[in-house]
Amino acid sequence: MSKITFEIDGKEITGKAGQTIVEAARENGIYIPVLCWYEGLKPAGICRICTVKVGGRNMAACTTPISEGMIVENAIPELEDMRKALVEMLFVEGNHMCPTCEKSGNCELQALGYRFGLLAPRFPYLFPKRAMDATYTKIMIDTNRCVQCRRCVRGITAKDGRHIFAMQDRTGHSTIVADRELEAKMSDDLAKKAMEQCPVGAIIKKEIGFAVPIGKRKYDKAPIGSEIQK
Amino acid sequence: MARKITIEPVTRVEGHGKVTIQLDDSNNVAQSRLHIVEFRGFERFVQGRPYWEAPVLVQRLCGICPVSHHLAAAKAVDVIVGAGTGDGLTPTGEKMRRLMHYGQFFQSHTLHFFHLASPDLLFGIDGDPAIRNVIGVALEHKDLAVQAVLMRKFGQEIIRATAGKKIHGTGAIPGGINKSLSNEERDEFLKGADPLNVDKMIAWAQAAVDLFKDYHSKHADMLDNFAVFPSNHLSLVRKDGALDLYHGVLRAVDSEGKKILNDVDYQDYVNYIGEEVKNWSYMKFPYLKSIGKKDGWYTVGPLARLNTCDFIPTPLAQKEFEAYKAYTKGKPNNMSMHMHWARLIENLHAIEMIKELLNDKDIQGKNLVTKGKKQHEGVGLIEAPRGTLFHHYRINDQDQIVMANLIVSTTNNNEPMNRAVTHVAKSVFSGKSEITEGMMNSVEVAIRAYDPCLSCATHALGRMPLEVAMYDSKGDIIDVKRK
Repeated sequence: MSKITFEIDGKEITGKAGQTIVEAARENGIYIPVLCWYEGLKPAGICRICTVKVGGRNMAACTTPISEGMIVENAIPELEDMRKALVEMLFVEGNHMCPTCEKSGNCELQALGYRFGLLAPRFPYLFPKRAMDATYTKIMIDTNRCVQCRRCVRGITAKDGRHIFAMQDRTGHSTIVADRELEAKMSDDLAKKAMEQCPVGAIIKKEIGFAVPIGKRKYDKAPIGSEIQK
Repeated sequence: MARKITIEPVTRVEGHGKVTIQLDDSNNVAQSRLHIVEFRGFERFVQGRPYWEAPVLVQRLCGICPVSHHLAAAKAVDVIVGAGTGDGLTPTGEKMRRLMHYGQFFQSHTLHFFHLASPDLLFGIDGDPAIRNVIGVALEHKDLAVQAVLMRKFGQEIIRATAGKKIHGTGAIPGGINKSLSNEERDEFLKGADPLNVDKMIAWAQAAVDLFKDYHSKHADMLDNFAVFPSNHLSLVRKDGALDLYHGVLRAVDSEGKKILNDVDYQDYVNYIGEEVKNWSYMKFPYLKSIGKKDGWYTVGPLARLNTCDFIPTPLAQKEFEAYKAYTKGKPNNMSMHMHWARLIENLHAIEMIKELLNDKDIQGKNLVTKGKKQHEGVGLIEAPRGTLFHHYRINDQDQIVMANLIVSTTNNNEPMNRAVTHVAKSVFSGKSEITEGMMNSVEVAIRAYDPCLSCATHALGRMPLEVAMYDSKGDIIDVKRK
């Protein structure tokens, strides 16, 4: 596979042809924040948290392939503030009650909030009236917490390849739903995977919560991105 | 001219309340009430949430003793997941929870005695309010203040090691606990550098009991006669009658010591306890159904626990218990100010239990959770530092909570606190035309003895603020004093 040399924040790095900026950056120990991106899933460019400047233009780093001589700006104040604003918008758009959420400590949205030093959002809270759908067999869907990243839609499938999750409705009313028949047949492992793949606490596996003690959760010790950044 | 005195807010208590005292034309007390003016909401917030969220969510109604709510809710959901009614957990599960609970007791009782109550004892009820506070204690009794801070720290560190955080942890989960104690964590408490080790804490807890006894020997007249009135007393006791702060059966005795609730299973508490609503307070008035609304009210907390139990299962606290019981010749103690004495004996018991548990191998066990056949309803009772705490949840087929009822320690103490206020108001205010700060504080001292948590009692989130207003017989304000 041919090598491609390009630049992120003035540092020359090498990637493989066909890689996206996010993938090449990760391999080179450079953290570009992501939320809807998930390793192994086809990138969708939904959340724009990974926005970088390529030749001065804003681009989603998760969907933009690298090219020879590309000049990428990543950790610059303008982009960091914009990413923080995006995280703030996600926080005010839903009902994210971290103190009582079982995903706290393992939640990527919360972890991004901590990483960006989010103390109070600059936007007013919308406090939408949303419901918890507990009528499924293996999982619960708490739409208060959904950030519509579609990781579940893209990545959780039945053995025959059929998608278990889908989006329903449009705009502000858009929410994830699960196919009841397929959901009921999910194995415990798949239900666990769906919960883990959800970056927030929108998909909750039934009958277990808070099983990982504080101190052992994913982001208890170091901020999100530390595992990549060198 | 008839007057109404309002004390708002009541200070050095947890939460926000006010007292009104109505004086008639001859300056005699016609009526007095403790009003709890915070709004309640947690019983509603939790509806629709999955049951395993209850221990983490409901504890948020308090920042002082969230562990009590955390564990009471966990005990209720234990029943729901079929892990038994309090004694079905694995040894590690139960002992880790107990360790967390005794850590909570130790920090909360220490906080109450040293930070909230001791200024009244050290500087006098009518002492200068400028120094009659925790800062005054720190300036004039530095050693005691430092001790109090470090004792509290020790308790808080126990909570951190068991619950994950000092405030609002997640240790107790349905059917057990999410961690055991590592050897390093255990040794930090057993062999910590002086003074932060369990042996020093036991010595300090014993010294605190001795401090109170010494004070009592010099001020028996006040302590034995301040807000004394006959009351029923209710608490959990271990099946063999021992003091047990974590689990047991419900027992109540009357003011003479006769058992009026005989070691019943608390899963059936609704058969024994009723709750009355009055239009002047957000706090309900619980009562024993067998006796009725009028006379069925009862006291909970340290005084009640030492009145209901037969003995204390740790040696130093048992020795103090014997001296304490001997003072009332074995009869129930109805002296409000002796609540402090009882509290300090419990504090000693808590730290003795902490040492016992730290030395128990089960605390390092790996078998953390147990489950059985799911139920749709569960009741969890625990002795919180301030008294018996009831959590009751019902769930639907989708695992969502559809009903929650909380009877908090301070709610149980609603009527006794009102009685204490009336008793003190009558003895201090009646016939007096001038209201002094010391007189106002004496009312607060009576309330403070109960260590009320008014936020918990109304399940509110908020801050607490004291104001005394004088009304004429037409209800017009003629004078207001604020603290």
